[in-house]
Amino acid sequence: MTYAIEIKDLKKRYDNGFEALKGVDLNVEQGDFFALLGPNGAGKSTTIGILCSLVNKSSGRVRIFGVDIDEDFAGAKLHLGVVPQEFNFNVFETVFNVVVTQAGFYGIPLELAKERAEKYLKKLDLWDKKDTQSRMLSGGMKRRLMIARALIHEPKILILDEPTAGVDIELRRSMWEFIKELNEQGTTIILTTHYLEEAEQLCRNIAIINSGEIVENTSVKALLKTLSSETFVLDLDGSLSNVALEGYEMNLVGDGSSIEVAVMKGQNLNDVFAYLTQMDVKVISMRNKSNRLEELFVKLIKGSK
Amino acid sequence: MSSSEIWIAFYTILRREIRRFMRIWPQTLLPPAITMTLYFAIFGNLIGSRIGEMGGFSYMQFIVPGLIMMSVITNSYSNVASSFFSAKFQHSVQELLVSPTPNWVILLGYVLGGVARGLFVGAIVTVLSLFFTHMHLHNLLLTVLIVFLTSVMFSLGGFVNALYARSFDDVSIVPTFILTPLTYLGGVFYSISLLPEVWQGISMLNPVLYMVNAFRYGILGVSDIDVTWALFIIAAFIIALFYIGLSLLNRGRGIRS
Repeated sequence: MTYAIEIKDLKKRYDNGFEALKGVDLNVEQGDFFALLGPNGAGKSTTIGILCSLVNKSSGRVRIFGVDIDEDFAGAKLHLGVVPQEFNFNVFETVFNVVVTQAGFYGIPLELAKERAEKYLKKLDLWDKKDTQSRMLSGGMKRRLMIARALIHEPKILILDEPTAGVDIELRRSMWEFIKELNEQGTTIILTTHYLEEAEQLCRNIAIINSGEIVENTSVKALLKTLSSETFVLDLDGSLSNVALEGYEMNLVGDGSSIEVAVMKGQNLNDVFAYLTQMDVKVISMRNKSNRLEELFVKLIKGSK
Repeated sequence: MSSSEIWIAFYTILRREIRRFMRIWPQTLLPPAITMTLYFAIFGNLIGSRIGEMGGFSYMQFIVPGLIMMSVITNSYSNVASSFFSAKFQHSVQELLVSPTPNWVILLGYVLGGVARGLFVGAIVTVLSLFFTHMHLHNLLLTVLIVFLTSVMFSLGGFVNALYARSFDDVSIVPTFILTPLTYLGGVFYSISLLPEVWQGISMLNPVLYMVNAFRYGILGVSDIDVTWALFIIAAFIIALFYIGLSLLNRGRGIRS
């Protein structure tokens, strides 16, 4: 099977001697919603930079939809749309011109470029700003403009490098709805984000990179199954003065109107609910104490050091 | 990319470059018009009337080709240098780098953008000169060829400068400390026959002298140097600068890490 992205033994050493990538192997399947996670300076942006030719690799092989970037980089780049972390459009151009000009760089005729610009600017709620100089847009609008620009040549892969940084909750939701729609239509999505709950909710597969090496590459489901325990917070109708259930680690929170329960592998919440029912206490709501992926992420990063 | 797609990419860069210098016309088109009008009025009219003839023509007629060439050189160079450096500075050059546009098309697009501004300003200065003197035209084809090739050459120079530049100061160093002296000492205001022999020899090392004189020959039919040499030197510089510019672009000098 041809992978959307196939990376083999990718290495990058910068001129100052810093080894950003130490032999990365990574495959992303066609149509996947893939997260590349890692702390700052782990090598995420370097990897993405190499894919889209903003960074020269030191060694290794990269194939994009089967096209080797050393043999036909132009052909490989046709499959890629990139939304970088930093705003990188000409701030003096109008919104419409930013998108149409990008289409020209892909050899798209002007009339078709205008049609597509209208389609994507409307999809991303920017059509009423089409004649505005791009520097006048808000942070969220600038982010959406870069998504419209990245889609203008209708790529098979969309790479989003921290796309929701600085975007408010409502816009973030609508942005993800749109990206999910694109993925359902067959576009492979590769995402880097610091919001791990986003990665957990959206992505099917995941790779965690640290210090230039992949420390985990699996499905989100498989990764979450490796959690040895999960901590829940239960909000109660009333309050308790003490809690104790054999085999479970339980603590009162605040004035006793909430409790924290650590559920180990093999245990279940039914025992906890049965215990609370016995105590004549009702559970109003329940949530995870922290994001599950975040717990694993921290563990994996610490473990790899 | 197919040849038609390459053409669209090239045309897109060129159109954007033209749109840029037209949008900021008070910075790009107006200053040379004002400066050259002052040169014509002060050097050509006021001082020139006391100088008398040079090379068989009035002093005003003598300096017009040099001043046109001076504006073409300066504007071609600075257009590419500032436009490409700005794109580097605000990272918008990445729009091109992530696209499949070949590097030689990027280079050609920016260079012809510089040529467009150089020739546009040259045309403005030519029209302004007609308010001060009548234009004699000795050889139209040579005139157009020389001005076009000179513009290409200095646009390429501006591109190489922009690739190396790390700050806006680096963009202005070459025009201020190299280009301006070479242009002023390149026979814009005088014939080198007026200089002592030693300085005539030193002047022959200045490439701008060949361009100014070849252009003057196209318009007036007089020159201090052999025009064939001028064409040869310009062609050599164009080939060398194109090769350097493209090699730097392929290596990603200043634009890829």
